[in-house]
Amino acid sequence: MTPPSEAQTTDSAAQNASFGGMQARSAAALNETARVTVRNLDFFYGENKALKGINFLLPEKQVTGMIGPSGCGKSTLLRVLNRMYSLYPGQRAEGEVLLDGENIIADGVDMNALRAKIGMVFQKPTPFPMSIYDNIAFGIKLHEKLSKAQLDERIEWALTRAAIWGEVKDRLNASAMGLSGGQQQRLCIARTIAVRPEVILFDEPTSALDPISTLKIEELIDELKRDFTIAIVTHNMQQAARCADQVAFFYLGELIEVAPAGQLFTAPKHPKTQEYITGRFG
Amino acid sequence: METMPEHTVRSYGEELRRLREMVARMGGLAERQVADATSALVRRDAELATEVMGRDSAIDTLEREIEAFCIRLLALRQPVGQDLRLIIAALKIIHSIERIGDYARNAAKRSVVLAQQPPLGSLNGFQRMAKLVQENLKGAMDALVNDDATRAGEVWNSDQSVDEVYNGIFREMLTFMMEDPRNITAATHLLFVAKNLERIGDHATNIAETVYYAVSGETLGEERPKADSSAFAVVRPPG
Repeated sequence: MTPPSEAQTTDSAAQNASFGGMQARSAAALNETARVTVRNLDFFYGENKALKGINFLLPEKQVTGMIGPSGCGKSTLLRVLNRMYSLYPGQRAEGEVLLDGENIIADGVDMNALRAKIGMVFQKPTPFPMSIYDNIAFGIKLHEKLSKAQLDERIEWALTRAAIWGEVKDRLNASAMGLSGGQQQRLCIARTIAVRPEVILFDEPTSALDPISTLKIEELIDELKRDFTIAIVTHNMQQAARCADQVAFFYLGELIEVAPAGQLFTAPKHPKTQEYITGRFG
Repeated sequence: METMPEHTVRSYGEELRRLREMVARMGGLAERQVADATSALVRRDAELATEVMGRDSAIDTLEREIEAFCIRLLALRQPVGQDLRLIIAALKIIHSIERIGDYARNAAKRSVVLAQQPPLGSLNGFQRMAKLVQENLKGAMDALVNDDATRAGEVWNSDQSVDEVYNGIFREMLTFMMEDPRNITAATHLLFVAKNLERIGDHATNIAETVYYAVSGETLGEERPKADSSAFAVVRPPG
């Protein structure tokens, strides 16, 4: 055993605390169970290869932030995860995206069932031109047969979980178009979680919202990760830092680095990540 | 070492350069204080010692200025990555430099008293120790200015010889005091001067450790090599 030296007890200088503790903790906090596993994923817009050999995973009940400059492939990856690309001819994915052991980009996957498992919230709120109640009921009715009482209960649950129930409970039959932008976005989140998905994808969910509505959505995302696995594409790095447990940095169709948020924003490993997050790009 | 491209926002890049420059300037002031305090001691120059004492406030002023600048950068730029590490490191380093300045001032203060006492042995050990800690301090500051993690790691590893000289001085002073009680005043002051230099050396290695993190993003090991054994010394009176 080494005896304590005088230096350590007489002056604060020697108590120079290590910076490393914080990194170690955030790394340990990251759940290692994968809900979605992406393996050797390539994606093509016609001849143009937009994603190149992507390998990573969405840890269960954690928030994964995806950042990178425009055209880096982050939104494309989101579109692959719920097979939105299949709506467009000439777009194809190769490789594997595993959800519950099933490769969801294989042929013959039931798209409706898939989209109930993997929900998506878009950049601009997209309420249907119908009542608040029907906005939520619409998706549920596509996938499940519920009694009126069960449906009412599910709708209240979804609106509550989306932190908007208090604001709309007295006007469920009013048009959703009368809500504010922030409220509309939370309504869309309620619509997404109403079908009880496993994974929720957010594509720049707050870029059209004011700062307070943005914070409400971020607070909501933090709340939702107790039950859902979440991926969020954002142009706002501070948002990724605030919301995400792990952050993935994409550049020119490649996944450059993925790390716990605390590490990626303090000591990224890759020079490209460093340049991007500190604003030295290009 | 690969240099980073410029910041897209040029004024931010300039502010970070300015921060580096201010910390380096503060380090330079402290290096000079240590050098002059040692000269004052060895040359029994009370005038130089008084000058050193008077100059310490410049270091304190610069510390407050840099601290305010760092807080402003944190609030306005929301730095991340290496920029964040640099700013946090600056905040820690200037605290260490400020302490180094205090130790140099204290050594100078004691030199004034010592200049009035009969000389006590050779002060070679003090010169050697001062040279070593100045080298370490300079090495640590150079590492910061040049983004040189390797150099920082070397400094962090090289405090042992300082400790060894310090142990030698410690034993020497005890011997003087046992030989003749009239040596006690000078020997006690000299012991404190030696301790001041030893603490300056520790702060220099702390700065090196902080620079290492700022540059590389990784931390050095928990245990720094140390060789200060004076804390366990026991004096047996003669007879």
